[in-house]
Amino acid sequence: MVGLEHYLIVAAALFVIGIFGIFLNRKNVIVILMSIELMLLAVNINFVAFSSMSGDLVGQVFTMFVLTVAAAEAAIGLAILVVFFRTRGTIEVEDANVMKG
Amino acid sequence: MTIADLAFYAFSTVTIAAALMVTLSRNPVHSVLWLILTFLSSAGLFVLLGAEFVAMLLIIVYVGAVAVLFLFVVMMLDIDFSALKGEMAKYMPLGLLVGVVVLMQLALGVGAWVEAKGALGLHQAVTPDATKIENTRALGLLIYDKYLLLFQLSGLILLVAMIGAIVLTLRHRRDIKRQNILHQMWRDPAKAMELIDVKPGQGL
Repeated sequence: MVGLEHYLIVAAALFVIGIFGIFLNRKNVIVILMSIELMLLAVNINFVAFSSMSGDLVGQVFTMFVLTVAAAEAAIGLAILVVFFRTRGTIEVEDANVMKG
Repeated sequence: MTIADLAFYAFSTVTIAAALMVTLSRNPVHSVLWLILTFLSSAGLFVLLGAEFVAMLLIIVYVGAVAVLFLFVVMMLDIDFSALKGEMAKYMPLGLLVGVVVLMQLALGVGAWVEAKGALGLHQAVTPDATKIENTRALGLLIYDKYLLLFQLSGLILLVAMIGAIVLTLRHRRDIKRQNILHQMWRDPAKAMELIDVKPGQGL
């Protein structure tokens, strides 16, 4: 029988893969943004699993709000990425040092 | 083992494998496609949990909007991605170390976790019987009643994000020719064109 723990393990693995992806693709901002999406998905799985297992619907409502914020974050992040590529001609994280004091 | 358990193991295996491929794949376009597979299979997990509306929302919002946005940006930018992947092996040990440490911490947290006494009595909104009120209807009753303000505010977040993305990426190029409709309409034919009667064999 699949219980709450199984879903928590899947979510934890997904979250760790997100962190791993940020470390692995230190130069590629696009994959870093995708890793952040993976971590938000892990949080969503936790929310829905707890909501379903404890019979409380608020977890699913909050999942929708996390989804909204994730969509807004992706839009703004990709817009910043496009502007950054236009001015610097690269998307490497190490080159983002124009505002260095 | 029931069908639901088998489906859970299939969906979770596909989710984790596809998430790994997102981070490991060499081509960002492939990364986006693996991301779509991750979202689809986790939508399957949500359906197994009885959250059909959130599952469909995940497919519509993530696969339909966010992943396609990623795909657009990856294909729009003219970048040599092979150069970016060159140092991937250098960061592999550090990434693995941090990943294993975080995973162990999470495992410790889950292992030590117990449900507090009376936690089930703290429900904010008890899930109604699924045979009487379906998931979408129950969520709608909750959102448009108890969480109306938060719902409107999340719409505001999306509006701000949309305006911000437009303001960031809009640029007015000066060195190109544009069509000016009013200019075209105000043009006087008498001044714009000159008729010349050319005699045969003479030319202008």
